[in-house]
Amino acid sequence: MADHTLPIPGPLNTERPGNAAFLEWLHSWIVTVDHKKIGILYIAYALIFMVVGGAEILLVRVQLAFPWSGIVSPGVYNQLFTMHGTTMVFLMGMPILFGFGNYVVPLMIGARDMAFPRLNALSFWLTAFGGLMLYSSYIGGFGLYGMGNAPDVGWFAYAPLTSKLVTPGHNTDYWALSLIVAGFGTLGTALNIVVTTISMRCKGMKFSRMPLFVWLMFVTSAMTLATITPLTASQVMLEIDRYLGGHFFDPAAGGSPLLWIHFFWVFGHPEVYVLVLPAFGMANEIIPVFSRKPIFGYSAMAAASVGIGFVSFSVWAHHMFTVGMSAASNSFFVLSTEVVGIFTGIKIFNWIATMWGGRIQFTTPMLFSIAFVFQMLIAGLTGIMLSVAPWDWQLHNSYFLIAHFHYVLLGAIVTMVFAAFYYWYPKAIGRKMSERLGKWHFWLFLIGFHVTFDIMHVVGLDGMPRSIYTYPADRGWLWMNVVITCGAFVQGIAVLIFVWNLIWSVRHGKVAGNDPWDAWTLEWATSSPPPAYNFAQDPVVRSRRPLWDIKHPNDPDWKYEP
Amino acid sequence: MTTASVLVSEGPHRPSRGVVGMACLIIAESAIFGMFIAANVFYMGKSLSGPTPAILSPPIFNTVCLLASSLTIVFAERAIVRGKIRIFSIYLIVTILLGVKFLVGTGREWSDLIYNQNLTISTNLFGTTFYSLVGLHATHVILGLLMLSVLLVFTLMGRVNESHSERIKVLAMYWHFVDWVWVAVFTTVYLVGR
Repeated sequence: MADHTLPIPGPLNTERPGNAAFLEWLHSWIVTVDHKKIGILYIAYALIFMVVGGAEILLVRVQLAFPWSGIVSPGVYNQLFTMHGTTMVFLMGMPILFGFGNYVVPLMIGARDMAFPRLNALSFWLTAFGGLMLYSSYIGGFGLYGMGNAPDVGWFAYAPLTSKLVTPGHNTDYWALSLIVAGFGTLGTALNIVVTTISMRCKGMKFSRMPLFVWLMFVTSAMTLATITPLTASQVMLEIDRYLGGHFFDPAAGGSPLLWIHFFWVFGHPEVYVLVLPAFGMANEIIPVFSRKPIFGYSAMAAASVGIGFVSFSVWAHHMFTVGMSAASNSFFVLSTEVVGIFTGIKIFNWIATMWGGRIQFTTPMLFSIAFVFQMLIAGLTGIMLSVAPWDWQLHNSYFLIAHFHYVLLGAIVTMVFAAFYYWYPKAIGRKMSERLGKWHFWLFLIGFHVTFDIMHVVGLDGMPRSIYTYPADRGWLWMNVVITCGAFVQGIAVLIFVWNLIWSVRHGKVAGNDPWDAWTLEWATSSPPPAYNFAQDPVVRSRRPLWDIKHPNDPDWKYEP
Repeated sequence: MTTASVLVSEGPHRPSRGVVGMACLIIAESAIFGMFIAANVFYMGKSLSGPTPAILSPPIFNTVCLLASSLTIVFAERAIVRGKIRIFSIYLIVTILLGVKFLVGTGREWSDLIYNQNLTISTNLFGTTFYSLVGLHATHVILGLLMLSVLLVFTLMGRVNESHSERIKVLAMYWHFVDWVWVAVFTTVYLVGR
């Protein structure tokens, strides 16, 4: 019988080449449709661009530290601040927030994935290739000769700077086309999150029981549907002008550069709320957990978010007071802008009332959250100042404005995103981030931030305009610019510590377990990291804090909630 | 790497993912059309030279065809829910033919404007706003017709039955949007703008 053999099922050659395991791992990430992996891809992608965009602005700060320093040429300088703005809004801000949304929203509502997993993957890769396309302009802007021509028209790309006469070559087209591509990616993700929230909630997860982060991602995503598309439409018009000889923004044929400004800010202002609302949502989750109290004013918080969502579409022209509008439209946009302050004020009072009387645990995420509340307050107050048209006439496009919106973007949004990293990292990786490095990161970032942007308000009040290549030595701005640049480098060091902490903690962090913070939302009910299917059984929810109910069967929340 | 396929549950009594997703897409598309309509209105009568909108003649019959296709696809939907595949495919073919008629009409209008009236997208502001808005709509008609044609091919191959009525409903939502956004485009370009 020995000469008779049967085929054995299974791989015959178990010896694989050395890099096969790596290739398999890589393949699993590239073809994934799992919302958790896509979320991590989004976040990793955004972190790379956070470092790139940060390096760009550090070069700008070095250039501005001294009058006539000549570190970079004027052309390169224009590219640097254009690419910094575009990168931070479209390649860092949106992807990082939608990354968190992708990872956390399905877990929080007890779903097994997003509503459209394949669309989710498509959206990420569109965004990713949009970013690569934008940066490839550094090597292909004018064709092969004259390399290194990135877009240099500002992230707002005002007409007629973008006309074929003023910017020949292709760098403006790289700007428009890559953002159209990335915009479709953003649209896909936003659509996905809206549908997931409406159609994928587990049993008992009513809208009135949804975690506030999900509420805010829902409002943000619904807004994004009507926010990113006007930009796409405007950029299509720009390309019609540039390639088909259209006249949308061409003054020579009667077209109006003013229309571009309107169109850009019809996108641009709701965009600010698209960026800030997810950060509010993160605060709504993190502050209660570390104050050991349920959120104060749940329904006011949800209602204020929806309110901001609606009002944000009627405030865009407060970017345009200096353009010269009628008194009636000036008054309208002043008042509508100040209404946003009321909604944001509700939120700030709610966060303070949540902390009030709580047993606050000063962990790294909570430290960042507290900094967020106060920095958001200051950002909001300078916002109210700038919403007053006469004040804006004085300070428009000064460094006061730059300081104001960096207080929103960096002091509020990025600070809260850092808190979210420390908070949800244990869920995604299974280990906590180092608290020691985290404290270093927090204090260095806080000090650097305030050194930079507090002084920037002053230099702005003193009259220094934005987007200038250099300034005369006799204006008295020298010491302030030196200090601002030093602060920027302190922040840079803090971000490097943070990135090191992210990498170091993958192997060396403390093992977290399922629920390291003793939290109350559903993502902590499953293992860390969660299995591909999230929950072995579909959860059933009876209150706003389902995990509290599981942990305290004798004193569940649903006894007290309406 | 092994992969496990996971059954995605719809949850209890939640709205259909396809319907909500298409509603979101329609909101987003409406914003794009809104921007082009706004540009069109903003530049009405502002052309410095060249032909004016007076040269346009409203494509009434084309419009009737397009709106009628919205009705025929409703009949097609009703037929597929009841499993009447033959009636479904007849209404689907009629819908596609009405859409093609609209597209051919637009093409003839454009060729007349380009060759007889000397109006192109770069002639003046009227040309720029007219071709971009009507062209944006025509692009959507083409996309809709492509999807309807794929559906027709599958139907004629006998692969479509009443279990697909949900997906066909989502496609029909898109087609309704394409038809009814034309009312806004038509009003802007041919009624207000002329």
